[in-house]
Amino acid sequence: MAGATITHAVHNRLAINRLGLWLFIISESFLFSVLLSSRYFLQGVRRPEEVNQPLGLAISIVLLLSSLTAYRGEMAAAYGEQRRFRQNILFTIGLASLFLVGVGIEWKEAFHFFPPSSGYGTLFFTLTGVHAFHVLTGILALLVVFFLGRDGRFTKGNYWGVEGVVKYWHFVDVAWVFIYPTLYLVS
Amino acid sequence: MAVLTALRPIGKGLAFAVVGFLIGAGAATLLTTITDRPATQPVITLGYLFALIGWVLGVGLWDNWAREWFGLPVKNTEAFGWPRYFRFTTDHKTIGVQYLVTFVVLFLLAGLLSVLMRLELMAPGQTIMGAKDFNTTMSLHGIIMIAVAVATFLGGFANFTIPLLIGAEDVAFPRINALSYWIVPPVAVLLILTPFFGGFDTGWTAYPPLAVVNATGGLLFVLAFLTFGVSSILGGLNFLATIIMLRAPGMTWGRLPIFVWSIFAAALISLTATQFVAYGLLMIILDRVVGTAFFDAARGGKPLLYEHIFWFYSHPAVYIMILPGFGVALEVLTHFSRKPLFAYKYVVGAILAIVALSFIVWAHHLYTSGMPSYLHLPFMITTEIISIPTGVIFLAGLGTIWLGRLWLTTPMLFALAFLFNFVIGGVTGIFLADVPTDINLQDNYFVVAHFHYTIMGGEIFALMAGIYYWFPKITGRMHSEALGKVHFWWMFIAYQVTFIPMFWAGIQGMNRRVADYTPELGGINLFISVASFLLAASFLVMVYNLVRAWVRGPKASDNPWRARTLEWQTSSPPPLENFTRPPVVVGHPYDYGVPGSVHSAAAPAGGAGDKETH
Ligand SMILES: [Cu+2]
Repeated sequence: MAGATITHAVHNRLAINRLGLWLFIISESFLFSVLLSSRYFLQGVRRPEEVNQPLGLAISIVLLLSSLTAYRGEMAAAYGEQRRFRQNILFTIGLASLFLVGVGIEWKEAFHFFPPSSGYGTLFFTLTGVHAFHVLTGILALLVVFFLGRDGRFTKGNYWGVEGVVKYWHFVDVAWVFIYPTLYLVS
Repeated sequence: MAVLTALRPIGKGLAFAVVGFLIGAGAATLLTTITDRPATQPVITLGYLFALIGWVLGVGLWDNWAREWFGLPVKNTEAFGWPRYFRFTTDHKTIGVQYLVTFVVLFLLAGLLSVLMRLELMAPGQTIMGAKDFNTTMSLHGIIMIAVAVATFLGGFANFTIPLLIGAEDVAFPRINALSYWIVPPVAVLLILTPFFGGFDTGWTAYPPLAVVNATGGLLFVLAFLTFGVSSILGGLNFLATIIMLRAPGMTWGRLPIFVWSIFAAALISLTATQFVAYGLLMIILDRVVGTAFFDAARGGKPLLYEHIFWFYSHPAVYIMILPGFGVALEVLTHFSRKPLFAYKYVVGAILAIVALSFIVWAHHLYTSGMPSYLHLPFMITTEIISIPTGVIFLAGLGTIWLGRLWLTTPMLFALAFLFNFVIGGVTGIFLADVPTDINLQDNYFVVAHFHYTIMGGEIFALMAGIYYWFPKITGRMHSEALGKVHFWWMFIAYQVTFIPMFWAGIQGMNRRVADYTPELGGINLFISVASFLLAASFLVMVYNLVRAWVRGPKASDNPWRARTLEWQTSSPPPLENFTRPPVVVGHPYDYGVPGSVHSAAAPAGGAGDKETH
């Protein structure tokens, strides 16, 4: 009986979790692809001159850097280096928050030049808004991982929570890699 | 007292929802005073979103799951006996029953709404309600039935049967599963509240610009639809992961029961396409609440964008509904013909082909919407190509019953009727796929008759087949087959008499979604109305039969239909862990009459080698 129950429950929980996350990411990429398409459908490649180019570039770099620190955090967790893991997760949260502040400044300017009630503003605010919402959920998840990590919940062989959140974080960054040129560069 | 304790999680959910609403509404009021926008819509939207979060946390997400995120030990709030249906339960069988009961009740409710519509349409001019109330009735009937069509299969049957059919203990993500069910009650509440907020008159499609400017009931409807979308995305994700990862040893892809394949396909669509409608609805909400210009042509918006996005979801969504219908029908046809499923591999190929094709046909709903006319031909061609795989599935159904020894039980009768109705639905669909005929038939009763033949004649008949087929397994009780057959013949005949004349009424110029018509159409409408009342009444037989059987019907045996698939190889109802000894699959599920063929064996107990075969 014992043997039978084990063969039944032998399914790899980690593999199931990974698959679930990938399915979620596939689902979310459909959302981002329709977001991007709507920009071209409604506005073509039109872009107001007032889009703040230096700021857009700056927050993009900040976000890409956060992916790097997130990756380093995950690797540290994989090797069981608790301090380095928590440090890097904290860096990531910091960079992500910096990104959100940047978006906030950008929104404040955009309200002047192309408010949400205008044609381009509609898309600018929606695309950055939906993405910023994902960034926010990412920050919350990173905070959870950070505090659980401080309680020593993640060990060398058991750090799915970290891995899952960091993978999600990479996805949020990749989404921005498509949104940034769509809103700031195309014309 | 026992009742009160049983309902505690729901009470807690409601309390959290009230707190959430106050937080959201407060934040919205604050924001609107800063930005000078009218407060009603933002207050409702943000209030609802926070109330929704509060509700799911209170009803069980917090105790069973979210505590974990804060380093707290989770509290398991599961219960046994009937209270388990009223809480955040992770057992897939309980969730399946929660879905089925909820949505059968909603099905009957939406059926009553159609009776109201037919009362109004019984005679020309106004009979029992004004045009505004008719629009709300029609819209509510539409959206509730759509939800029923999606959730009875992807939520109800899939939950109850998929883990059993593949020999698993549960789904891949039991807590997400519970979450996707408990998101549903707020949807029902919002929809029921719409008439108190001016109703909504867009139909279930919610086309802008009307959907942006109509009464607040329209906002409630859009929020409900969006919430339901989230639930079906989670459901799709769960079943994909379950089918990919949790199949019993030996359950290869080539041995998967056909219903499992159909749910796999539907889940694939649900996971991906639903994001599109979610964005479509989000755009409507933003236009209403924030004042964006997605659909205001004067400010650079295009209502056509919505139609594209909406049908990019909603055409594939038709297959979320109908593919599991195919699955149940083929499953039932095979078992009750006592013959192998004809052309199993081609059916699987056809199901997957339909999934792929379903993503490139959406614009056949836009022939008269002002879409560029060079798009007409390609979409007409892709749409017609879909009839090839659907034809393959239909022929497989015929091939299966061909020369079989048919056992005409209630589920079998419904499955046969599915084949019959689907031919009519399919053939009349060709006229709507073709541009020249569609331009004339657009938005009249020919369309109404066509999609009712596919969704009601097809899917709902398959739903009935599934209900009667799995009822003994789900409840452990046997329904009356005699009453089941009375229900079948009554429903089948009343169904044909109701919907066949609608084709004719449509060709005569009877418009859909309109409360009135020209007096010449009075006779045919009176006829349709009377027939529809008979159709509605047939469900009383079903309710009586099933409720009576569930309460005090005779005990069902483990395998009353002597079927080979795994769900019948365990007790009725199955134990919590589904199989007392985990099954091992050794052969194809449908090899009826093939000498020496075996589908499954229970794993040897402790290696004793006593092989229990079926
Ligand atoms: Cu379609």
